[in-house]
Amino acid sequence: MKRDAMLLVDALRNPASTAALDANGWTALLAMARAEQLIGTLARRLSGLSLSDAVAGILEEARINAEYQRRSALWEADCARRALADYPGKVVLMKGTAYAAAGLKASEGRHIGDLDIMVAHADLPQVEAALLAAGWEWVKDDAYDDAYYRDHMHELPPLIHKERDRMIDVHHTILPLTARPKPDAAAMLADAVELENGLYVFSPTDMVIHSAAHLFADGELDGGLRNLWDIHCLLTEFADDAFWLSLKSRAEHNQLWPAVHRAARLARQLYRTEIPKDWQSWHRKDKWYVLRLTARDNWGRGTRKFTRLIFYIRSHWLRMPPLMLLRHLWVKWRKS
Amino acid sequence: MHEFRVKVGPVGFRIGSEWKRPLDQLAELYRDYPASDIPDYSVRLEAASLPRRFFRPSVAISGDYMLPDAAPLPLSQALLAAEMAMNLQMALGWRRHLLLHASAVEKDGKALIMTGASGSGKSTLAAMLGCKGWRFMGDEFVLLDPVTGDAVPFPRLISLKNEAIGAMQVTTLDGRFGPLMTGTPKGDIRHLVPARDAIQAMNQPAKPALLLFPSFGFEPTVRDISPSEVFMRLTQASTNYVAMGEAGFTTLTRFINTVPARAIDYRNGEEAEALVSQLWGELA
Amino acid sequence: MAGPQSPFYKAEPADQLLTVPLDAMTVIYQRRSGITHIVAEPVPEILAVMGVDVLDASGVAARLAAQFDFETEDAEAVVASRLEELAMIGLVECVGA
Repeated sequence: MKRDAMLLVDALRNPASTAALDANGWTALLAMARAEQLIGTLARRLSGLSLSDAVAGILEEARINAEYQRRSALWEADCARRALADYPGKVVLMKGTAYAAAGLKASEGRHIGDLDIMVAHADLPQVEAALLAAGWEWVKDDAYDDAYYRDHMHELPPLIHKERDRMIDVHHTILPLTARPKPDAAAMLADAVELENGLYVFSPTDMVIHSAAHLFADGELDGGLRNLWDIHCLLTEFADDAFWLSLKSRAEHNQLWPAVHRAARLARQLYRTEIPKDWQSWHRKDKWYVLRLTARDNWGRGTRKFTRLIFYIRSHWLRMPPLMLLRHLWVKWRKS
Repeated sequence: MHEFRVKVGPVGFRIGSEWKRPLDQLAELYRDYPASDIPDYSVRLEAASLPRRFFRPSVAISGDYMLPDAAPLPLSQALLAAEMAMNLQMALGWRRHLLLHASAVEKDGKALIMTGASGSGKSTLAAMLGCKGWRFMGDEFVLLDPVTGDAVPFPRLISLKNEAIGAMQVTTLDGRFGPLMTGTPKGDIRHLVPARDAIQAMNQPAKPALLLFPSFGFEPTVRDISPSEVFMRLTQASTNYVAMGEAGFTTLTRFINTVPARAIDYRNGEEAEALVSQLWGELA
Repeated sequence: MAGPQSPFYKAEPADQLLTVPLDAMTVIYQRRSGITHIVAEPVPEILAVMGVDVLDASGVAARLAAQFDFETEDAEAVVASRLEELAMIGLVECVGA
């Protein structure tokens, strides 16, 4: 039996391969899929196969839960739409909610958490005021965190709706301001695509760019297999010759070509995503990413602690220049 | 990691532990239950930190579903930790039935369901009735089938607290009790294995026939309770009502429209039993 | 209340709602949001008379009077504030004044 999350990767890529699993193999697969928040996606991928009652029951539960998350996410987006009805600018849905609202394959069975939206930087005060008037409130009133968010982050401090208990993150760009790449948020807003209900989603290229930026720069690769599955689905759904060309130039314009290129290579390596021939070069560091992405044991626990630690330090390094990182960690330590 | 697998009602669990002893205790207490082939949930009892595996060992609870701020328990309470972790998986994960935080017993294919805040005595009442001609269905969760409306048993170990331990030791045979755990966050706790017939019938659902909201410590009385109040209290007693969506709504409204509900007050087991027989007899 | 400034509303389509009267209270499940609302008279009646039409408080009050004998002195004011609350929870949507 495979001893890491390649088991999950294989099941997603080739659902028929699960026919060879014994009871312990299934138990490990399901635990990993839960840990990676890919169980709903797995349920969709395996639907139609003949499965044991035990597995079918677990996947049915995952399907019900994914449906609940999708319904809540789309409703939350609609609540934001109504709250911002008088705001003339574009309100762009991001990540899972965007995929669901646009009816993309990446949303099938996907775990969706908080609502993420993006608006023009200059309009943040207006949007903030409208949300506060419609029942959202600040999650925490800690001065340091607040100042930290406002000075260095790409989003407002999180807001939560006082009755529905749901969070919204209001972004004005796709990466923290301290990150090295400086994406062109204005161009992304300008090219955003309008949905029937008046909300927007990013254009196909920008969706991929945001997803790749999110995968590498916005965390410690936690949940990386899910983000990479998004990228696999987006690339597969959008793929045509013109798309690859515009994706590359758009990514370069946003200083995110290395992230997009690496995401495409890793998606090909793990999920066999079809990408252009001249994108298929293999980078010597890619194998570390694969090791990190698949570091799970058959209880769903994270393994490879050393690899994880490297990625943790690296992720903070990416987001913040060193002195600022030190100050940030110091404040966090003193408080805990 | 040591491992133990068990099936309770429709739910299979895999319990992993860095220590063998807690799993031996579980295996002893769950000896009448079937094993689970592909378990629904995994839970883990792990050392809160590496030194805590050996020195004043303490157990951190984790699993498929976790609470970020669950405090570790001393190793002597590992059994409690396992039971809490199993309940947590149900509370956070289960979506195949509408989950009510309630106890239930069965007679003639019909279920008596009891719900209320902790301290209402619903758990002790179910355990007691389980020794007096009723079939014990569960003292923590009742599962309502969205298709049939039936109550599905989840007869895990009965978790007796404080005074209830002494009361049940009088009426129950020895050999069905777990170790006494003193000084837990909930006071003294001792687990009781449900009667063998309850375990053997754990896959047999029952038609919900009566819903009671017991309150312990007051003069015996029976009060009516309005359907809308029942609705509100049951949504609060359900951890998955919202996630179940439309199925949750139709299951709950059907339950409320077909199952009579009463609030009862009682001061001791005899009074409760008398009220239950009276109300059960009044069902046409 | 009525006049050129009074807001107009559209109700959530009837096939998006499951309505079960329990006693003085009615529970309404909204399919789109997955949220259950516990409401009292005249909320179920308001939703029923609105149908697919765009109406303001006075329009709704007139229909309530015709179909449900719901006719109090300040019917229009009551309806106006109920509509405002219903808009907050998303069972009706304000479509302009």
